[in-house]
Amino acid sequence: MSETLVTARGVTVVRDGRAILDNVDLEVRDGEIVTIIGPNGGGKTTLLKAVLGLLAPTSGSVERRRNLRMGYVPQRFVPDRGLPLTARRFLALAPGARSEDCDRALHEMGAESLADAQLATLSGGELQRILLARALLRKPELLLLDEPTQGVDLGGEQDLYELITTVRDRHACGVLMVSHHVHVVMGTTDRVVCLNRYVTCSGRPTEIRRDREYLKLFGENAAALLGVYAHHHHDHHDDASVEASARQEAS
Amino acid sequence: MILFEDFVLRAFAAGLAVATVGGPIGCFVVWRRMAYFGDTMAHAALLGVALGLLASAPIPAAIALVGAVLAVALTFLRRRGRTRTDTLLGIFAHAALATGLVALSFIEGVRIDLMAYLFGDILAVSQGDLARIATGALLVLAVMARIWRPLLSVTVNAEIATAEGVPPLRYELAFMILIAVVVAVAIQIVGILLVTAMLVLPAAAAREFARTPEGMAAGAVVVGALAVAGGIAGSVQFDTPVGPSVVLVAFAVFLLAVAAASLKR
Repeated sequence: MSETLVTARGVTVVRDGRAILDNVDLEVRDGEIVTIIGPNGGGKTTLLKAVLGLLAPTSGSVERRRNLRMGYVPQRFVPDRGLPLTARRFLALAPGARSEDCDRALHEMGAESLADAQLATLSGGELQRILLARALLRKPELLLLDEPTQGVDLGGEQDLYELITTVRDRHACGVLMVSHHVHVVMGTTDRVVCLNRYVTCSGRPTEIRRDREYLKLFGENAAALLGVYAHHHHDHHDDASVEASARQEAS
Repeated sequence: MILFEDFVLRAFAAGLAVATVGGPIGCFVVWRRMAYFGDTMAHAALLGVALGLLASAPIPAAIALVGAVLAVALTFLRRRGRTRTDTLLGIFAHAALATGLVALSFIEGVRIDLMAYLFGDILAVSQGDLARIATGALLVLAVMARIWRPLLSVTVNAEIATAEGVPPLRYELAFMILIAVVVAVAIQIVGILLVTAMLVLPAAAAREFARTPEGMAAGAVVVGALAVAGGIAGSVQFDTPVGPSVVLVAFAVFLLAVAAASLKR
């Protein structure tokens, strides 16, 4: 049986009189990949931060399992060039990290060759791998990823999502991830939460694809996304037909 | 030879103690972009001087106390989020300086040498001063060694650190109080106006060749020590003010480091 790792109930975040999140419920269970999708400014990052405890909701509650170990990859991280730090040393900053843990995490991300590189010299994709390695270092029970494919080129995106699935399988951890690559994510996620200040719809990818609210949010972009998507080599055979029907219903 | 007179040797020793703490603290000041915060602490030091004289308390302790109180106040005002940090620092640096100057004008009968506080008076370091400076330096180094790794983690990325269970606020606050102590200790050497230079210059020079955070801190200690030794020797030799002489040597080393690093590339 999978256990609940974190539960958010009625989370509302108000900043300067504007509601960024409005009465949001969310649950992540052991071994499950939950993806938050939604338009820019829809509160995806804010929700992730509330779940992490980085910000306190104005009202509502977030309950984490006792002593929950979390790994976090933030949305924006620009290493400071004024601080000399190798990738390996960056990993070793995690509390309790031993040298062999760093080696293992680097190996898992296929990033051994980056170990002695200065953090500030890494490319977007390389940095993302190092950040993932740091998040995995402490064997997290819940992995929180905010747009993990930021700054990664098109070919690399699919690889990175596959890597995340492999990680989940190997570590049996829960994953809560923010993405706006709606269609790529569909193949790798267990549950989707559409967020536009409030939860407009949520459920399994196959259910969500036919949801009116989902189509309202993403239907009009489907055609454009399909164009991008065609460049990927992938194995999710039912995507194309669903997207075609999404397009139809949207028009 | 005058270089080996007692008071000059004491000056060297005090200067080396300050360079030794200034290295690691200065690196974090640079990494955390707190140069202006260091300046604010220095400005507030004059208020510490005034309060110390009024309460007939030891002046360095009064300076450190005023700095620590200011650090806590700034932290909480910044959390409110309405006023940007540099604005807050601009307000408090000058409010504290003005309060200090007004308070000093009330103290009658005590003639204080304002110039000594503004520019430092390292050659007047007494046996007791030296003991206090060394104790302060050791204390700061001990705390710094203890909080080094979590503070570094919080500095590199506060959100990741929080997610890993390392609370940023605790370490940020501890570091700001350490800066207050270092400023209190270092003011006697280089003075209020130049104390930030002793934190920022050695760290910036060391950055040119460092590959690790610790390497940069060690390099900053070496640069600081060179600056102190060269500055004091120069000051004794050419009868120039000590603080500015020390800072000038540090600046020269910084320029050399930048030039050498550029040539290497």
